[in-house]
Amino acid sequence: MAENVTPRVRVPRDATAGESVSVRTLISHPMESGQRRGSDGNVIPRSIINRFTCEFNGALVVDVEIHPGVSTNPYFQFDAVVNETGTFQFTWYDDDGSVYTDTADITVA
Amino acid sequence: MTRKALLGGTSAAILAVLAAGVGLADIRTGGELVINGEIAIVTETEPPEHLAGVFDTIYSGWVFRTDETRAMQADDFDNPGMLYVEQGIEAFNTAMGTEGNSCASCHENPESLAGVRATYPQWDEEHGEVQTVEMQILECQTERMGVAEPYGYDSQEMRNMVALIASVGRGQTVNVAMDGPASEAWELGREIYYTQYGQMELSCAQCHENNYGNLIRADHLSQGQVNGFPTYRLKNANIVSIHNRFRGCIRDTRGEPYAVGSPEFVALELYVASRGNGLTVEGPAVRN
Repeated sequence: MAENVTPRVRVPRDATAGESVSVRTLISHPMESGQRRGSDGNVIPRSIINRFTCEFNGALVVDVEIHPGVSTNPYFQFDAVVNETGTFQFTWYDDDGSVYTDTADITVA
Repeated sequence: MTRKALLGGTSAAILAVLAAGVGLADIRTGGELVINGEIAIVTETEPPEHLAGVFDTIYSGWVFRTDETRAMQADDFDNPGMLYVEQGIEAFNTAMGTEGNSCASCHENPESLAGVRATYPQWDEEHGEVQTVEMQILECQTERMGVAEPYGYDSQEMRNMVALIASVGRGQTVNVAMDGPASEAWELGREIYYTQYGQMELSCAQCHENNYGNLIRADHLSQGQVNGFPTYRLKNANIVSIHNRFRGCIRDTRGEPYAVGSPEFVALELYVASRGNGLTVEGPAVRN
């Protein structure tokens, strides 16, 4: 069970219709690869975020499959075109079954 | 002008370059760092008086880094060091010890400690010694809060707390006192700075004073300023304390380092901090 897992997102508060906005996300997570050994010589079990998705008003924006090569505190930044006022819904899926979510509202003038 | 004089002039110029030995050719000076669009950071400035003749300009370690690393520090969302600051805030507001107090019980909020990082290490009259921020935290824990198991000097919790204290002081001008009762420690620190350690027989000055800007393997040597500590190091994927960095440097000379938190490292920290008087607090800075 990963500790201190906190998602964070940064999205502009408003935009004009059809504008491409920059979406930044970060989740604090150790991203233990499962390939390291501890001081006792035993393999440290894999514990990573294995999937990240972003939806806007229910429509899928990105769906990312994540593998053990991704390092601590995965950071994703992408651009999205927004045509209407709405909510970004972000979801991170942990190996241990935990699901972390965050949202961000954006107003289109 | 005779040929001889010309030649003499040239060789004098070459000697001057060698003596300075500084390769700032591929270091982009003159850059501006403003954190979150509001905290202006002094990344280069006049050296403090005691370094007149040593440096023309003192540079923050930020100057020696790539555009990508520089950019990470300009925005708290992009600065991974701020994750540890967040953990520091949590600890700041959590009661610890037999007195049932948290840091916030006395200090209200972290911002009330904004002036701390810029003036530490400093002389502590009561204990008759120079204290670092870490030592001050330990003093609070053991003498006022009744914490049975205080933070280790270089523990994650300690670094988180120091990072928090540094972060609220960002933009403040470093101004550590080196005179008065602190002068003895300062002199010791100065001596350590210029002492050659280890099998490689390297002093701090040989890299960070005589060769800053030059490459050490694939990396640029900085002036060894500590205003950005605790620093988020990309290679560690964690924040790193000043003493840990000192230990790493002496280890790299193949010497036997002083212990983290030892009087020698405290003295060295005071001296090195005083070399950055005039720069601004940046911690947690981002470095490679």
